[in-house]
Amino acid sequence: MDLLIFQAPILMVQASLDGILLGILFALIAYGMALQWGVMNIINIAQGDLVILGGYIAYTMYLVGIHPAWGVIVSPIIMYFVGWALYKLVINKVVDRDLFISILATFGIAIVFQQLMNFVFGADVVVAQSEYGTTMLFDNSVTLPNSKIFAAFISVIYAIGLVIYMRRSRLGRAIRATAQNARAAKILGVDTEKVYAATFGINAALCGIAGALISITLTLHPYVGLPYTVRSFMIVIVAGLGNLPAVALSGMGLGLFEEFADYILGTEFRIGAVFMLLVFILVYRRFKLSKKREYLK
Amino acid sequence: MNTVKQKDLILYSGLIILGLAAPFLFSAFKVQLTYLCVLIVLAMTWNLQGGEMGYNSFGNILFYGLGMYLTASVQVGMFFPLAEWTESGGEKTFVHTTAQYFQGIGVGLLVAAIVPTIVAGAIGYAILGLRGHYFAICTLGLGIAAGEIAGGIEIIGAGQGFTTPPFPSEIVDPEARGQFFYFLSFLVLVLAFVFVKYIYGSRFRLILNAIRDNEDKAEAMGIQTMKYKIVGWMCSAFFCGLAGGIMGGLIGYIDSTDVAFDGREMGVFMVLMAILGGKGTLWGPIIGATLFHFFKEGLWTFILGWQYVALGVLIVVIVVYFPEGLMGWLREKYPDRFGEVIDEKDRKAQVEIK
Amino acid sequence: MNKLVKLFTIFISAITLTIASISSSFAKVEGEYIVLGSAISLTGKYSSNGVHTQNGYNMAVERINKMGGVNVGGKSYKFEIIYYDDESNPKRAAQLAERLIKQDGVHYMLGPYSSGLTKAIAPVTEKYKIPMVEANGASRSLFTKGYKYLFAVLSPANQYLEVAIDLAVEKNGGKPVRIAQAFEQDAFSQDVRLGILDAAKRTGSEIIIDDKLPKELNDMAATLAKVKATKPDVLVVSGHTKGALTAIRQISEMKVDVPMLAMTHCDAAKLSKQHGKNSEYALCASQWHKNLSYKDKFFGGGKKYDRDFKKEFGYAPPYQSAESSAALLVFKDAFERANSFDRDKVRDALKTTDMQTFYGNIKFGPGGQNVAKPMILFQVRCKGDTCENKVVAPTKWASDKFYHPIPKWSERS
Repeated sequence: MDLLIFQAPILMVQASLDGILLGILFALIAYGMALQWGVMNIINIAQGDLVILGGYIAYTMYLVGIHPAWGVIVSPIIMYFVGWALYKLVINKVVDRDLFISILATFGIAIVFQQLMNFVFGADVVVAQSEYGTTMLFDNSVTLPNSKIFAAFISVIYAIGLVIYMRRSRLGRAIRATAQNARAAKILGVDTEKVYAATFGINAALCGIAGALISITLTLHPYVGLPYTVRSFMIVIVAGLGNLPAVALSGMGLGLFEEFADYILGTEFRIGAVFMLLVFILVYRRFKLSKKREYLK
Repeated sequence: MNTVKQKDLILYSGLIILGLAAPFLFSAFKVQLTYLCVLIVLAMTWNLQGGEMGYNSFGNILFYGLGMYLTASVQVGMFFPLAEWTESGGEKTFVHTTAQYFQGIGVGLLVAAIVPTIVAGAIGYAILGLRGHYFAICTLGLGIAAGEIAGGIEIIGAGQGFTTPPFPSEIVDPEARGQFFYFLSFLVLVLAFVFVKYIYGSRFRLILNAIRDNEDKAEAMGIQTMKYKIVGWMCSAFFCGLAGGIMGGLIGYIDSTDVAFDGREMGVFMVLMAILGGKGTLWGPIIGATLFHFFKEGLWTFILGWQYVALGVLIVVIVVYFPEGLMGWLREKYPDRFGEVIDEKDRKAQVEIK
Repeated sequence: MNKLVKLFTIFISAITLTIASISSSFAKVEGEYIVLGSAISLTGKYSSNGVHTQNGYNMAVERINKMGGVNVGGKSYKFEIIYYDDESNPKRAAQLAERLIKQDGVHYMLGPYSSGLTKAIAPVTEKYKIPMVEANGASRSLFTKGYKYLFAVLSPANQYLEVAIDLAVEKNGGKPVRIAQAFEQDAFSQDVRLGILDAAKRTGSEIIIDDKLPKELNDMAATLAKVKATKPDVLVVSGHTKGALTAIRQISEMKVDVPMLAMTHCDAAKLSKQHGKNSEYALCASQWHKNLSYKDKFFGGGKKYDRDFKKEFGYAPPYQSAESSAALLVFKDAFERANSFDRDKVRDALKTTDMQTFYGNIKFGPGGQNVAKPMILFQVRCKGDTCENKVVAPTKWASDKFYHPIPKWSERS
């Protein structure tokens, strides 16, 4: 147990800033998950792997000499079609089924994705260089990589853009209508099949953006998808479906929690702490609801 | 179902004889056969909650891993200081005598069965209050968290891993180790089968089914669902712990995330095998596990590198196209063999309506 | 229902019988081939290093076979390897070792990649008295278990970075240093950590940060922030390729100034290529470097091996490949000296191995570890935009001087 953080207040600032910037990125992934969960009632275990795939797209661009930051534009476009294809191949067969079926089916997809990425890109950890430099605060004692700031900024832009799109556009309205009541939407002439495909595509696109950002801020590896899935799941069950400000807040909360868990418990328990937090949140909500004789639905 | 029919008797004695003779008939496959026994136990006991109770757990791996670490720790700790055994680097060499080895593993397995059962009972109240997919995800988190946390605890080897005591060198026969673990796992398999079979004939199963079909109504009928859910989970935990203990001894090296709390593989396999064979049937998980194991051992090594892609596709195909599993499919095809009476006229009438 | 079950049982037993009858046809020596077995990580987290290992094995097999094979009893034999994919999973590796020995009848084994997997396989080979020459399991605990059939061509893991601490103390004018360290939670890295602990005790140095990194590590900002706050003299990081890449990325982004940075797996991570100038001055432990002056008649020297390997596989050989190739040279040598295929004779011959290969001298200690070869340290140095690994220690092979301390980030262009 390392109590250094309490001795050096400057570390608190560092940890908090790191946590918040990271949290915004998590929130973007979580928003995608909330969207498809709300609309299609699917829990997508492959969410994290879509993120990593998006990252590899940006990395490929970096390899051929294009600045990886352009990945935040290219990657979502490619990922939209990946998501769309995935919907047509598998997801449309599990939409109306038991949620457990969707969990297992997407788990299968996750395994396939991991292995294919392993074949194409190798199991080595890779990084894309953004060369954005670093912002120093407080006489160089707190450092913020500009790439992290860039990542948070892009995430916010995309999130706001998406909210506006969902409010204004025809498709956005159709998606929201389907989320409220799929059958009613169908009766009123919404092509729900198309809406579902689009929703899953948008989710994948969001993952693509997040992945591209991760490729320039953190590292990529074919097998690190699952923690991202769990994080976004956690954010969603705390924030509820379709509530963007809450998603953003709980995303930042999770980022903070992770950084502080890292300092206080030690790095070895960081991932463990994230998963334990998931368990605690679920159990806490379960006890709270059981007082009202309800349960999590 | 309580009275064993003559036909059943022949089947069971046949299977037991086959089971007892197997390590001698297929001497080279002893380890695979041991795996098969363990896989069947895992699938069968997962089926108790997943199939019968409707609580799809990804977390049974928690009990499996716990059992594995406990058996090894007890086996070492009974005779030597555990901390020095697992100390990274391990300059000192400790050797179990034959008697110590078997005493150790015996007590270890006992502990490995009891402690996970108690743990299941203790956390059951909190976790089993969650339903459906929340339960599934929560148990998934539990399993992975356990692996990560075990990887940080020094006394059980942390990231170094834990080398379990080697089989006593006084027994020279190289086949002895394989036979020992095979018969151990076969014994557990028989125990588990008898137990599950007993449950299938009892009122307990009906209660579990009621919980699966509609928990609220079951509660309204006056069943204390929570109590039964916890007991159901404890039954699984008992056998998962035993299975884990045996596997730990067999593999000889425990790694926190890859061997013990191996949620990515074992944790998912047990679910998959039960679904493949058919949830909620006695024979389904057994057949599912056997098929799966044969598929894996037979095909796996020939598609060097592609096996995980194949596994992923297999998972998708199974859950999308055969969610009822093999037994479910057979049931649909030959309902009369399952004791279901079908009114031909009624069925035709249904077809016409479509 | 019961009929179905019975049918099913018959079906299964039929399959089993067929498999059983097929499998025993393999043998240790088949015609002119000596069959070796190996479980290799072709998938999973170790797969890139697994492939380096496999390439090393294949390269040596091809070379030895081409240059006359193995002469035993006046007859020339060729090597052949049966590979299985262990999925980077110890459980699977142990199972496959059993399978190689029992079903494929393999009598000689080559090691897998990584210490953890070797730890899982060693009890199996030991049980069946199968000699195993392994090239990628460096954990010290492998050599203290009294294994008699395990031989490792590499130096144990605790020696990896010990030298670095000595170097730091030396540069500090013989005074103890303050060490910050972060190691991944796996058998290999934890053993490297032990070496550091020993070295720290020996030199009276103080360890001020001792972090363990999770296996799914991709962010070590917290550790580095602590490093920034405490200003140690040496920062030691080990976590396979992942650890090396993550560390350099975040050290450069967070502008962490440490006088000395010591790591492992720099060449496998292609550190100098992926991170370019940011990786400059990193000090790396390695089992082998192409500039060493060792020689043998199969591969010539290190430089020639480097060239041939590049031609064959299209990338520069990391030391994981070199040591794997050396493992086969050891086997060949042992077979020829034993002049027999008797397992115990081969084992005894292995035990008395004392030879030079392009990779280094090989002589096995009582625990099976290679005692004849020191570890080397190289430092990443850049000229313009091209960065290279330069050997800096031990002095016998040093091509460049060790650059110390690392300039501050504010002074680096």
